[in-house]
Amino acid sequence: MIDKFREDVMTALDAVPSGASLAVGGFGSSGRPDTLLDALCDLDRRDLHLIVNNVGGDFTGVGRLLVERRIRRLTASFPVLPEFYDEYFAGRVEFELVPQGTLAERLRAGGAGIPAFYTPASAGTMLSDGTFTLRYAGDGGPAEYLPQREVRDFGGREHVLEYGIVADFGLVRAYQGDRKGNLRFHLSARNFNPVAGMSGRRVFAEVQQLLEVDELQPDDIHLPGVFVDDVLLASEASPKQATPAERS
Amino acid sequence: MTGTVPDAGVRGLSREGIAGRLAADLRDGYLVNLGVGIPLLVPRFIPPDAEVILHAENGVLGLGPAPPPGQEDPDLTDAGKQPITLISGAAIVDSAMSFAIVRGGHLDVTVLGALQVSETGDLANWYVPGRNPAVGGAMDLVAGAREVWAVMEHTDRAGRPKLVRRCTFPLTGRGVVTRVYTDLAVFHVADGQLRLKECAPGVPPAAIRERTAARYAEDL
Repeated sequence: MIDKFREDVMTALDAVPSGASLAVGGFGSSGRPDTLLDALCDLDRRDLHLIVNNVGGDFTGVGRLLVERRIRRLTASFPVLPEFYDEYFAGRVEFELVPQGTLAERLRAGGAGIPAFYTPASAGTMLSDGTFTLRYAGDGGPAEYLPQREVRDFGGREHVLEYGIVADFGLVRAYQGDRKGNLRFHLSARNFNPVAGMSGRRVFAEVQQLLEVDELQPDDIHLPGVFVDDVLLASEASPKQATPAERS
Repeated sequence: MTGTVPDAGVRGLSREGIAGRLAADLRDGYLVNLGVGIPLLVPRFIPPDAEVILHAENGVLGLGPAPPPGQEDPDLTDAGKQPITLISGAAIVDSAMSFAIVRGGHLDVTVLGALQVSETGDLANWYVPGRNPAVGGAMDLVAGAREVWAVMEHTDRAGRPKLVRRCTFPLTGRGVVTRVYTDLAVFHVADGQLRLKECAPGVPPAAIRERTAARYAEDL
């Protein structure tokens, strides 16, 4: 019998070592797996590479990891939190800035066995020409740049080569999940969760409702359990309300 | 802050006026993405005989107006993370599908604010060097949408033209803009060339010429 439900979040997340890469669902605080992110803090994990669309607008979720200085590199399209930029310009966090659609497709591709693909997004811009600063030196100057993308012409338009992302772990949040790991999301809280779940080699899902197998109809499953390894109950202490400061 | 330029005698459209002028060009059945700023003023001016579907990057097809106070759902927001409602017939997709719709040419129009637009349709709107860089979906939207409509004041706060020969701010996309709506005029970009199509009411073509650094053809 497959039963992926785990009672204890800390015991399950203990499998994530410091230094790991993590693909994280959510768009701001909407659909963000704060129970899992809090567990990483409580387990004192550090030097993490987070792949997530936003840091968010406050010190919860990814923002908590940031202010506790647990992030080595952020791959994101729209960080938001001002304190993130303080860390970036001080050279304490690397920042791989990626167009939002490219980020979503890189996660999807990584989970789909597509090592790389061409997209027109960012062609002819500083996100593809090797002039965007990935890492600052302590003295404020650039220490390393985002690599220049390979460019190829398709149909008379420039496209850039982008690589699929296979993360060590995926962290997602779902509205409902069953013991086989099948997940169903709620409205726009779906966002990056399915692709974060595809990208991770081992995927943790926090669910707001745990269902028995067959309670979710096959046609209603957004991410099948084949992508999910561990199902945990979300702590409803997770803040969900967006703040006006969050923009994307 | 309205769209007036410092010189006396030329009064252009207000921000609402620009949004209203742009909205008049939206057609029944269009799928449209609206950026922040003036573009967010567009929905209230969409003609009643045009059903326009609004797309949000976080996977919403069919955004409705903001909910009444107390009825916000934290699981239902737009790309600015503000609470929304859904229109009848709306659909929700994940982020990869949302941008497949954008890149795949299924989005009719993306309406974005602009720092600068060049005479060949280059757009700069994502980053002011020295400030905090963030791109969101802007580069995917301008690369993928069938039409890219830039909406902005004709000049910046210091009175400098925002329609320029070459953008000095970092580019969002090269040769991507198809139309520009300002407080003073409407321009189209055709065959890589900027064309003045329309002057705002009471604005003479000479006033536009004075406030535009980009070269353009008059095609009124």
